[in-house]
This record gives sequence, C-alpha cells and structure tokens, in this order.
Amino acid sequence: MTALLQALMRIAAMVLRYVFLLRSSWTRLVELVYWPTVQMILWGFMTKFLEQHSSWIAQAGGVLISAVLLWDILYRSQLGVAVSFFEELYARNLGHLFVSPLRPQEMALSLLMVSLLRTLISFFGASILAIFFYHFSVFTLGFPLILFFLNLMVMGWSIGLMVCGLVMRFGLGAESLAWVAIFALAPFSGIYYPISTLPDFLQAFAAILPSSHVFEGMRAVIIEHTVRYDLLLNAVGLNLLYLVTGVLVFLLAFRAARVRGLLLNVGE
Amino acid sequence: MEQPAIDVQGLVKRFGDLTAVDGISFTVQPGTITALLGGNGAGKTTTISMLLGLLLPTAGSITVLGVNLLRERFRVLPRMNFSSPYVDLPGRLTVRQNLRVYAMLYAVRDFAGRLAALSDELDLAPLIDRPYRELSAGQKTRVALAKALLNEPDVLLMDEPTASLDPDIADDVRQMLRAYQARTGATILLASHNMTEVERICHDVIIMREGRIVDQGSPQALLQRYGRKTMEDVFLDIARQRRADAQREVGA
Repeated sequence: MTALLQALMRIAAMVLRYVFLLRSSWTRLVELVYWPTVQMILWGFMTKFLEQHSSWIAQAGGVLISAVLLWDILYRSQLGVAVSFFEELYARNLGHLFVSPLRPQEMALSLLMVSLLRTLISFFGASILAIFFYHFSVFTLGFPLILFFLNLMVMGWSIGLMVCGLVMRFGLGAESLAWVAIFALAPFSGIYYPISTLPDFLQAFAAILPSSHVFEGMRAVIIEHTVRYDLLLNAVGLNLLYLVTGVLVFLLAFRAARVRGLLLNVGE
Repeated sequence: MEQPAIDVQGLVKRFGDLTAVDGISFTVQPGTITALLGGNGAGKTTTISMLLGLLLPTAGSITVLGVNLLRERFRVLPRMNFSSPYVDLPGRLTVRQNLRVYAMLYAVRDFAGRLAALSDELDLAPLIDRPYRELSAGQKTRVALAKALLNEPDVLLMDEPTASLDPDIADDVRQMLRAYQARTGATILLASHNMTEVERICHDVIIMREGRIVDQGSPQALLQRYGRKTMEDVFLDIARQRRADAQREVGA
C-alpha cells in the first residue's frame, strides 16, 4: 500500500469514527438541524413583517433568510471542527490516536471532512424547510451560492482549527471559545446589514474578515442581481491566509502539547 | 549481540523546575517482557509516554526497532502499540466500531480475520456489538488489549496493564500477554507497581525512583541481590532507602 493510500485510509478511519458517533446519537443529528431551523423561522417571520413595512426588504425578498442560512454555514463549519475534536478529549482518546500512525495533519484533515459533512446536513435541512415555510429557496442564488458556501466553510474551518489549538494548549477550560469565537465576529461581518452601516474604523476591521466580503456579495446578488467577483476574490485571498494560520496554530499547539505532556492529560 | 528492541540513552524530561526523568539509559532486548517498576511519581509513565512519542524529551535519544523515534517516529509507530487504563476508547462506539477504526489507522489488511482471532483469544464475542461505555472495567481492559494487539505489534508498551482489575481478571490479562509474547516473539515493556505481575511474567526489571534508574536485572537476580523472597520486599527496600535519604537530607 502506498504512503498516500495509507494516509487516505487513516483520514477515512477518523471520518468513519465521527460518522459512527453521529449514527449512535440522534440528539447530535437533531442538534445539527435544530438551531439553523429555529433561526431561519425567526428571521423568516421577521422578513414577512418587514416586507410590509420596509421598501428595502420588499425589494430584496429572502435577503434575511439567505443571510441566516449562510451565517449558519460559517458557524456550523467552525463548530464541526472544534466539537469533533472535543469528542476525542471527552472520550480521553487522544493518547490512543496519537500513538497510532495517524499524523496531526491527517487528524486536522479528518476534522475538516467531518465539518463539511455536518455543515451539509445542517444547511440542506434548514434550506429545505425554508422552501416549505416561506416558499423561498436559497438555491436561487445559483452558482455564487457555491462560492459563498466554500468561502464561509473555509473561514469556519480556520477558526475551528485555531480553537482546537487553543484547547490543546489550555485544556478544556478553553472549550467555550468554540461557542463564542464566531459570534464575536458576527457584528463586523455585515450579516444582516451592509458594511457601510459600521463606523469607519470598524469597516477597516470588517475588511479583513472573509465573511464580510461574502455577505456583501450575497446582497449584491439578491438586491442588485450582480455577482461581485472582486468581493469573492477578496474573500478567497483572506481565507488562504486564515487557513494557513489555522493549520499552523493547530500543528504548533500539537507540538507544544507533546512538549508539555498534555496529550495524555488534556482536560479541564 | 542482537540489536536491542528499545535503546534509551541519557533520557531527560523536565517540566519547568521539576525533573520527571533524570538522564536514564537502558536497553530492552527483543522478545522479552520488561517491567519499569517504581512507586508513584517515579517517572514510569513519563518514560513510556516518551517511548510512544506522546511526549518530547528535554534531552536524550530513543531508538525503537533500529529507528530513531524522535526523528522518524512514523516509520516505527505502525509496528508498535499501547494500552493504558488512563486512556480510553470512544464510549458511544461499539467494540466492533472502535476496533474497525483502529484497524484502519494501523492499516490492518484482514480486519475480519483479525477480529475473529482476537475475539476468540480475548473472549470478545459477547461484547462485540455493545457500546464500549456499557462495559465493566474488566471488559474494557480486554477490549483495550484487543486494540493494542490489533496490528500484532513487535513492540507493545503498557502502562499499568492490570491497574484497578480484580485478581482474577488481572491474572487473565497477564496470561494473555505472556501467550502473545510467546506466540509472536514481540517485545513488551510495561510500567507497573504490581510486584506479583513483575515476578510472574517479566524477564527483566528496571527499577525507577525519582526519575532515575536505581537497579536493573531479572526478578531472580534482584531477589538475590537484596536477599529477599519477593519483589514486594525488594520494592520496599528501595522505597525505604528513599525515606532514609529524605531523613538524612532533613538532618543535614
């Protein structure tokens, strides 16, 4: 068996491990779809109300529902990486994994694959319900939707890997970062409002977030019916930086954990 | 002379001001069962962790099966395995699912055949489709042992393999280890403070205290050297020496 094939098999083993876990726990599966659905319902009714009272929203039906569904891609992809990693800590399984031939970069890749799987379940679940409840399909965004999805997914992965690194370094006490990290960026991402709404200095901060370019791009598609490839390119460039940083933080934290003896003892 | 299965030279591990392992050197010959013996805090688990690559040493070298572990551990990890009561397997997964995942990680070719053999050797059949978390401590130990033997390792490292097991199950585990070693010629290094275990299954004993090796030899040689009838008495002699040392330091 070639080295590449063996590496792929190890990544597949880890993906299988998380699939087994999801299959064994219906609560985990329900949770994947529950929050995006609740959010989508909430913002869907808000849209219905605003459609009757706001010309901006009336012109752009579905902008809020699209925003909430896209926002959830970012949140779920980040959570998908971090929570899958936490499962190993809860199970006290890291010691077994890292004395096997599994390399840390393979572990990271498997977390990304599982995150993709979890996010797809979550996104499709809520999107289909949006069609059912509001007769609005996010899929009408067309090809740009795939680009939005990929960009938000990669940003979520990057932050998820950083969170895993911090948890390896500081123990499960840092677990709450997984739940709050993305929310800290929400106000500056322009999910529900244009970036121009922010004060100038915050607009500068928003410019370094891939998510702000994606949401501006989303509004351009829905409101102006134009695909802003310049914004998408900005997001791709930033995401490359984010992803490299995320992988580096993960690998450096792994090395630090080996120096400090945390792989056997990581906990609170 | 045959190349040692494990060759440790000048191994040091410091955590800040604390020196957990203080410049130890030892070799483990192929096809032997060797015990790392010592009280709590002697440095056994730290040493085992470094031998597995889970912990990076501050100084020293580790060679396993002729491979420099610090530089090329992924070359030798497929030929090693590990078991410890302080590390668990995912509880929601069944025994079969857990073993399947590890079989893939270790590139075990014939998983079904290997599972059948291990199931037979370790009496896993009644447990195989039960979630790991629902098993008793003894059953979990058997499953952990199955995971450790899944890839038929040439070097097996075990941290307190019979800790918190009742004497009956502990004896089963010792017999399984002895049978595996006899069948495959594997090298087994186990950290323990169970003297019965050491006397019954080990060819060689390395005694550690406060991060250093204070004695080494076969159980028979150590019994003779200390003029004792049991390894427990040998261990107590060494522990009391520590106490005497401490008292001398206080007196000084």
